[in-house]
Amino acid sequence: MTGNPRLTRVLQATASTLGIAALWQVASLFFPHYLFPPVPDIVARTAGIVFSWPLLSEVLVTALRIFAGLLGAFVLGAAMALAIGRSPRIEAYVTPVLVFLQGIPALSWVVIAIIWFHGIEFRIFFIMVVTTLPAFTFQILDAFRSMSKDLFEMTMSFRPRRWTLFRVLIVPTIVPGILTAWKVNLGNAARVVVVAELVGATGGVGYELLRQQQLFDMAGAIAWTLQLVLFVLVVQQTITAIEGWALRYRAVSERAI
Amino acid sequence: MAQPLIRFRDVSKVFRRADGRGDLMAVDRLSLEVGRGEIVAVLGKTGCGKSTMFNLIAGLIEPTSGQVTVSGHDPFRNFEFFRGKIGIVFQGDRLMPWRTALANVLLGLEILDANPARAQEVARGWLQRLGLNGHENDYPHALSGGMRQRVSIARAFAVDPELLLCDEPFSSLDEMTARDLRAEFVRLVRQNGKTAVFITHQIGEAMEIGDRVLVCHRPARIAFEARMDRAAPAGTRERIHKEILDVLALEAPPGR
Repeated sequence: MTGNPRLTRVLQATASTLGIAALWQVASLFFPHYLFPPVPDIVARTAGIVFSWPLLSEVLVTALRIFAGLLGAFVLGAAMALAIGRSPRIEAYVTPVLVFLQGIPALSWVVIAIIWFHGIEFRIFFIMVVTTLPAFTFQILDAFRSMSKDLFEMTMSFRPRRWTLFRVLIVPTIVPGILTAWKVNLGNAARVVVVAELVGATGGVGYELLRQQQLFDMAGAIAWTLQLVLFVLVVQQTITAIEGWALRYRAVSERAI
Repeated sequence: MAQPLIRFRDVSKVFRRADGRGDLMAVDRLSLEVGRGEIVAVLGKTGCGKSTMFNLIAGLIEPTSGQVTVSGHDPFRNFEFFRGKIGIVFQGDRLMPWRTALANVLLGLEILDANPARAQEVARGWLQRLGLNGHENDYPHALSGGMRQRVSIARAFAVDPELLLCDEPFSSLDEMTARDLRAEFVRLVRQNGKTAVFITHQIGEAMEIGDRVLVCHRPARIAFEARMDRAAPAGTRERIHKEILDVLALEAPPGR
């Protein structure tokens, strides 16, 4: 395609997106617009949200809820992962609970949170944390356990204090796992927050989707969905850029797999 | 012998096998002394317990029975006492892949809370001395095996330790590179008045480096000892080489 691999990837992604848009536009010619609205209508509604502060603020509210939930789960998950990694006894008690939590559907948590808590924001925060906590914990724990015994012994040979050991060895070891955990959980969080807002909130993208469903407005539903997709894409790209910088020490083979 | 820096008294180390097949005796009632300023080469077949001896001196493991002391202190129990006093060059380079060559050399100094400007100066000095000028900002993957091992030697020397422990540090390198590094290592140890314990399974390497060569039989116990007198009459080295070969040949293969 081009000599620049990054530009090639962008062109390929654009081509596939345009392909889907074209198929959708063709479908809109044969089906009623409440099922397949024309692409220009969807684009106009999407732009309408972006350029209207009251509507855009709904997207930002959802984004903040995602961030707050992920941050809470990350802090708690990292602390739990390090505690489990250091103590088999803690592992024996905590791991079964996390496995149990993993089996509970997000929708069940939504119902439980609505019954348990009054405040909308705390409900959503609780749902976000409890649904993404196991994945954060297990991913960071895996990264911690992948710590090289050789590097550990080498570092210990200098007799570091506990905090220094954490700073010079443990943090750099778990950084790749943390970044992967954020990338994976971001997608999950975007799905869960919509469900939580749909059922238990009076604002945000999920609530707006509920309104579009009541109005039978497919263009609006897709426009609001696209806001969330765009948000996830932007954050994913940001994390990828951070990853590229933080893991720049890794050798890259010239030959692709 | 000069005042001993390292002393083993009837030291045994037994490991419990992970597969439940009983215990493994890695060191059996070992007694030895290493004087200050001495370079001792410990020679033995693979699996004879050399590395266990090494880890006992480094304080990374505790003896099952007996007593290990370095400078009169137990290196396992008085772990903190030895901060900055022991430098280790491992079999592999054990460089942190996320740190540049310079940052890897700085590691020990950072752990010792050295003044950052002074630490930089020291680390750069060691890299220069080991011929790594211009590679300070290279990550380990961009360096050759020999260069990486030089960085790990620089890292060990940078903290100015009293005792240097080397666990077959040149075994993965080609003969030419290993020979150059060996010569460089001995020069640095002598120039800086260090004590060194050098573990190897190569007779030539042990005789070239050590003031004294200890030959270990499984489980680590001294089966033969030779002082390497550089001014010894012609034929002495050949005789010692043959004696070491004979001692090593006496040992039963692993598993017997």
